[in-house]
This record gives sequence, structure tokens and C-alpha cells, in this order.
Amino acid sequence: MMKLEKYLEILPKSLWVTTCNSGSCNGCDIEIVATISPRYDIERLGMKLVGTPRHADVLIVTGPVTKYMTNRLRRIYNQMPDPKAVVAVGNCGASGDVFYKSYNLDGPIDRIIPVDVYVHGCPPRPEAIIEGVAKAVLKLERLREDLKKAGEQQS
Amino acid sequence: MEKKYKVPIGPVHVGLKEPITAWLDLEGEKIVGATVRPGAIHRGIEFMARDRNPIQVIYLSERICGICSFAHVVCFLRAVEDAASIPVPPRAQYIRALVLELERLHSHMLWAGVACYTIGFDSAFHLGMVLRERVMDVLEVLSGNRVNYGVATVGGVRWDVTAELSKTVKDMVKYYKREFSPFYDVVTADPIAKARLRDVGVLTYEEAIAHSAVGPTVRASGVRADLRESSPYEAYVDFGVKAVVPQDYYGKAYGDVFDRFLVRVHEVYQSLDIIEKVMEGLPEGDIMWEKNLNKVLAYLKKAEGTGMSSIEAPRGDDTHVVHLDGGDENVTWWKVRAPTYSNAVSWPLMFKDNELADAPLIINSIDPCISCMERMLVTDASSGDQKVVTRTELLEKCREKTRRLMQNDRN
Repeated sequence: MMKLEKYLEILPKSLWVTTCNSGSCNGCDIEIVATISPRYDIERLGMKLVGTPRHADVLIVTGPVTKYMTNRLRRIYNQMPDPKAVVAVGNCGASGDVFYKSYNLDGPIDRIIPVDVYVHGCPPRPEAIIEGVAKAVLKLERLREDLKKAGEQQS
Repeated sequence: MEKKYKVPIGPVHVGLKEPITAWLDLEGEKIVGATVRPGAIHRGIEFMARDRNPIQVIYLSERICGICSFAHVVCFLRAVEDAASIPVPPRAQYIRALVLELERLHSHMLWAGVACYTIGFDSAFHLGMVLRERVMDVLEVLSGNRVNYGVATVGGVRWDVTAELSKTVKDMVKYYKREFSPFYDVVTADPIAKARLRDVGVLTYEEAIAHSAVGPTVRASGVRADLRESSPYEAYVDFGVKAVVPQDYYGKAYGDVFDRFLVRVHEVYQSLDIIEKVMEGLPEGDIMWEKNLNKVLAYLKKAEGTGMSSIEAPRGDDTHVVHLDGGDENVTWWKVRAPTYSNAVSWPLMFKDNELADAPLIINSIDPCISCMERMLVTDASSGDQKVVTRTELLEKCREKTRRLMQNDRN
């Protein structure tokens, strides 16, 4: 397996990222906005925030998933084309964190959709979010290989 | 006859922040009515607080909203201090005021940038975000965190202002006094930006009062309502804050999105002045009422009473009420009234007689904690046709209008 830094140098494709707030406090969401701002600028790495899951390779989910948002999150995940990866940003998406014991949560996120990368922090720094998305590249490449093999076997 | 459409927006809303649903009634492109349904990200925070002690609830109240996190913390703590009669040392009050104003700076700059992004003015958005990073740096020097600072505690603050920090703050104030006006000029002098913001989403003086709008939203309608002026709390008594209303600067309050922009921009300057006053007048002394956390908890366990506090958060007045029972270490009950809830009531009035293309801008104009709008459904009631409009298309529509105005401007 190639090293992460190497992958960022020769990113196999431009990653398009979409976000879903499933009940977070906005803290993670403003840090995601900060990653597209000139200081952190994820577009220099070929990554881009897109408005619709149908165009996205990576889904960034923030928040502990409230009951109201469960089905919506599932629908967003299902709308994404394969291969896809999910990045859970923030502690509350990974474990519930300060929101544990709430009566209105279905989360954490991995009870609803499969999560590939966890980015910890409350909220994580923009650099950590960029690293998390870069790690999702590894996962996507593996999935792409698997799909390719499956296609070759069929033909 | 014009066809009537009902357009739901949300609950998932890529724009910004908390998910919320709005149904717009359309006649052609014109919005004739609107219904708002909040509650998508209800997490039961007030309920969770009931099995935690006040020190633990500080970290919960910080996560009510990630942008005005410190406002919620200070408001909660003031309510607890009110209930348990705990005095706050003057130096701690000044540091609280400092962080509150730093938070207002970054919140207003974020909003101004996002408002520019919504109308397709991307260069101004990036300009605003570059400016915002400077205040985030100062907050990081103070607390070590960029968003949830964890600065305040019961009866004071946890971090002191060091000589290094006060230099950083003074440099920041100088930087903003120099660099903020180009951003302001770029937006206000631009005829297209002005055309997109002026007379959009109007909320009149009477309507603003009748629907109890708060914060910059009500001030943009010309109402002098600012808790820092009308009932100054803690260190604000010393600063003599005056509410920023557009008629003081431009002779008349229109109550539109442009006025809301102006009010927030002038509040940035006002916050810079307050920060200067804080740094000048910072008194010496303790920053905590009691350093030993166990003693604080033991005192709070014995305390009995109800405390209430209202402060001016970046979006309007934020009210917390807390009840503590003697012998119970946990918070008995806690009520939070956040400013967006009052402001969202006036959305239907602002939407009225505006174009669909202005809807994202109007939603953003009150600076809501909205999360993501992503896809909407246009339902043709007469034929049962359904057409899905994505947020991208809606944003495109919003930007098309800017381009159309630019064309007209050139001709």
C-alpha cells in the first residue's frame, strides 16, 4: 500500500466532497467551511465541495444523527454513486460524545451507514479534516480495484 | 391564471448550519406565503443537563451552537451564578467581554462572507474568510481551540490574558482597522451586490417589533434594541455601548438584507472599539471566584434557587434560566431561548413578494443556525407533476440573477 503523502502528491482523481449535517452544533460545519477558505484551501489538492450527493465521491457527515435525520442521511448515502467513502467528522459522530444519553438520537453515524474514516476532535482542526478526506482516497482506490476485478471476472 | 406551486426547502440544506424545513407558496417566481418547521436537529440538550452537574453542563452548553458557543456558556454561567449568588471578579468579567466580542467578530465576518457567496460573489466570500482567520488565531492563542474555547467556568474564567496575548489582540485590532474597510467597500460600492441586497426580504419597523425579532435583524429594521445598551451586564457597564441602527449612518432604515449587512459590518467596528477598551481598562486581580473545583461543586450542591440571564449574542438576545435544588448536585432544570428561534418567526414576512431566487439569501440574512439545504421538490398541484430542483440549481438561479443584473449594468 502506498503511503498517504505519496497519494496526495499523485492524487488519482479529483475528489468531490459533499457534506451532511445530521444534528451537529455547527462547530464542525464551520471548520469544513474554513477548509475551503484561502488559508487551508482544499482546492489546491483537487478536492471540492459539491452541493449534491449525486456528484460526490466522499460524504462528510457531522453530528450525532437525530431521529428526524436518520432516514434523510440514509437517502443521501444511497444517492451517491459507487465507489464511495464516508468520513465521520467530530467526536459526536463517532461516539455521541457530549450528547450521549439523549433520547432523540439514533446515532452514532456507524449505526446508520458504514463509516470508513473517523476524524476526532470537537471540532477537529481543518488540517485534520483534510487528512481524513485524504485517507478516504485509499479506501476509494481499493473499492475501485475491487469493482474493476469484479467487472473483469464477469466479462 | 398563474399556477401556484408549493416548494419545500430542506430539511437537508447544504447552504449552512442547522437543518430546517420551509415550505414556500409560489406564484410564478414570486413567493406569496411561507411556512417554517424547525426541530430537525433537536438533541434534547435541556433534558441531558438534568443528570449532569453545572460544571459538566458548561461543556454541553458550549455545544448548543458551535458559532455562538461562548455566548451560550456565559449566559448559562450567569444564570448559575445568579441562582447560587456567586460573585465574578472584575478581571474575569473583562476577559469574558473580550472573548464575547472576539466571537462576535468571527461570527459577523463568517456571515458577511457567506452572504456574498450566496449571491455568487465568490471573491468577496474568500476575502471575508481570509479576514476571519486572524480572529481565529487570536482565539487559538487565548484558549488553544478554534471553535469551542472552554474558557469560562463557574465564578470566572480559566485562562488569563498574558502580555503575549494582549500584544496579539492589539495587533489584530490594528490589522482589522486597516484591512476590513476594503472588504466593506468592495461589497457596498458594488452596484450589483447592492441591487441584489437592497429591498430584498424587507421587515418593517412595526413587523420587527410585532414578531419579536432580535439582534442585528431587529436593529436593521431601525429598532434600537441591544441588551449591551439597554441592560448592560458584567463589564459592559463600563463601555457605553450604543445600538447600531442604519438610520444613524445612512439616514433611513429600510429593514432589508442590505441593512442587515450594514448593521453587522458596523458592529464589527463597534466590537473592535470594545476590545480596545477592554485591553485598556483590564483590572488586576483574580480570574476565579474559587480555584478548587471540588469546593465549587460542594457549594453548588448546597445552593438552591432559580437564576436567569440574558445577554446579547452575535445573533440577538440569548436567555438562559437555571434552577438548582439544595442537596442535588445536578441541574434541576434548564431552559434555553436562542435568538434564531425568535428571528425565524419573521421569515414568512420577509419571503413575501420576493423572488424564489432570493430565498437562499433571505434565509441566510437573519444569520440562522441552518445546516444544509440540498434538494427541493416543486409540486404542481393542478397536474400532480413533481420536479426535483437541487440546491445547485437554486444556487445557480440565484447567481443567474446576479449575471442578469451585470448584463443590464453593462448596457
